[in-house]
Amino acid sequence: MTNYLIEKYYRTERLPHIWCPGCGNGIVLKAIVKAIDNLNLNQNEVCVVSGIGCSSRATGYLDFNTVHTTHGRALAFATGIKFANPKLHVVVITGDGDCAAIGGNHLIHAARRNIDITTIVFNNNIYGMTGGQYSPTTPTGDKGTTAPYGNIDPNFDLCELAKSAGATYVSRSTVYGVNMITKQVEEGIKNKGFSFIEILTTCPTYYGRKNKKGNAAEMIKQLNEITINVNAYNNLPQEKRENKIVIGELYKDIREEYTEKYDRLIKSF
Amino acid sequence: MTVEKIKLMQGNEACVEGAVAAGMRFFAGYPITPSTEIAEISAAKLPRVGGKFIQMEDEIASISAVIGASLAGKKAMTATSGPGFSLKQESIGYAVIAEIPCVIVNVQRGGPSTGMPTSPAQGDVMQARWGTHGDHSIIALYPSTVKEVYDTTIKAFNLAEKYRTPVILLMDEVIGHMREKVVLPREGEIKIYNRKKPTVSPEEYKPYKATDDMVPEMANIGEGYRYHVTGLVHDEFGNPTNNNVTAEELIKRLVNKIENNIDDIVEYEEYKMEDAEEVIVAYGSTARSVKSAIDILRDRGRKIGLFKPITIWPSPKKELELLGKNMKRILVVEMNMGQYLLEVERICRKYTEVKGYGRVNGELISPNEIVSFVEEG
Repeated sequence: MTNYLIEKYYRTERLPHIWCPGCGNGIVLKAIVKAIDNLNLNQNEVCVVSGIGCSSRATGYLDFNTVHTTHGRALAFATGIKFANPKLHVVVITGDGDCAAIGGNHLIHAARRNIDITTIVFNNNIYGMTGGQYSPTTPTGDKGTTAPYGNIDPNFDLCELAKSAGATYVSRSTVYGVNMITKQVEEGIKNKGFSFIEILTTCPTYYGRKNKKGNAAEMIKQLNEITINVNAYNNLPQEKRENKIVIGELYKDIREEYTEKYDRLIKSF
Repeated sequence: MTVEKIKLMQGNEACVEGAVAAGMRFFAGYPITPSTEIAEISAAKLPRVGGKFIQMEDEIASISAVIGASLAGKKAMTATSGPGFSLKQESIGYAVIAEIPCVIVNVQRGGPSTGMPTSPAQGDVMQARWGTHGDHSIIALYPSTVKEVYDTTIKAFNLAEKYRTPVILLMDEVIGHMREKVVLPREGEIKIYNRKKPTVSPEEYKPYKATDDMVPEMANIGEGYRYHVTGLVHDEFGNPTNNNVTAEELIKRLVNKIENNIDDIVEYEEYKMEDAEEVIVAYGSTARSVKSAIDILRDRGRKIGLFKPITIWPSPKKELELLGKNMKRILVVEMNMGQYLLEVERICRKYTEVKGYGRVNGELISPNEIVSFVEEG
């Protein structure tokens, strides 16, 4: 299966990728490709757009229409692409810095419009490409090269943000549970509207090393320990919920999609 | 010429009329004085011709959406003024290196910063040239009448498509808001240029392989030619590379595809130059005052004319050099502290005297002021 996916959906001549040993990005990428394969989408009609950062390099390895844009702006480029040609399946690959810091405003407004874009955030809690600076999702107290004494910023709950802004599909998963990622990406793409999927992944090189989290395998195990499925979470008494990160499908809604709304306007003349 | 319609139009309105005539079917923008009418009129017009209008959350998002739409096959434009133009600069560089046709309108106002939002200025001439980082060439056009806005907007789209590059359309508050009679051409009379499409199969397609004119063929997203678009230095396939030879070849090609085609790109107007011994170089709304000043000066016996570049960048080097060789004096009049003066000096200083007159208080330069400058200077 893996070989089939690689040969069909990767630009194999571009491999090996630039990611560090132990990086979780490859796990996420495979899960995405598997979801696209499960949905049997026409590669020519899939457009994958990314910003800048480690995860955003993913587009270079994928055999779709791929656009590696400027830092933080993937969603704005993707909005132009989707709005110009609504037939395309548009997927955005972005990181926690790219999406939540420099691109935060675009996230809010793409969600508000409910434009049919599936946004997948590779959240590794750190700026990896530039060498380990703290990001908006670095847990408070954790270290980065620009937080040598511990990060004093409160960290973002991106799923809550996306939900509040108007996303019609919101979910979270981790690289510990690959099948859950695939399922969520499938659901996200199927949702006719703005889908937001946060995937917790590992950066042993910077986040792990700075915060003594152990090796890649240990970090992935920790992701399992700190997360809890949404159904189990809902059954927990209030006092046991603290410090747990909820995974699974967190929110769904049905609302008219942006490009369809505009097409109705065009047809009205 | 048989005409379809005569209209009284504002410069900003003529810009949208020209854009739609050129094939614009996508506009993304953000409100900013004095360009806002371009967004407003686009919002009204585009859905009626099957096009798309979107008001984005900021200026950066607007240019990004425009680039995305162009990649997906639509002729796309955004419009702004100084502060927004600054915000768009990073993505303009992206359109340069990734070779994505698009038009960016900047209706200039007084700066720097928020400056004088409702007053005219020509302070972004150098920002148009060098606003984005890194070595690059750029095409920037600058009309000075409402009809010229219409024609020049069409030209901006044509050049963007022909050379696969962002084209900047500069105006100033006066040109944007002034109303004049415009005779619109019939549809068939407008020359439209569309991007070159691939002539090979998807398997053989190299998205960044230059053809003889240095401009690669462009497949739109969704047409079966899957490739990678990036702001990184890339090879013929669009794949990122740090190869020094590839990098140098790419950057030089991007510059040369414009610089080597200056004769095709450059457009200018001359006024009363037949027997002129002195020339005033001016553009945009300033050129209008200069014309009046020249009429006054001619009445007083001075042999003086106007050279008005419509293509500001790349500058009309050949023509300016000729003026340098033939004129006793070259005067540059502009609503800034000597931005285009630098370019004219660079080209003409070795041949003749070059002097500049500028104004930065938010007022148009009047003909009488220009007359005094010429007579006293």
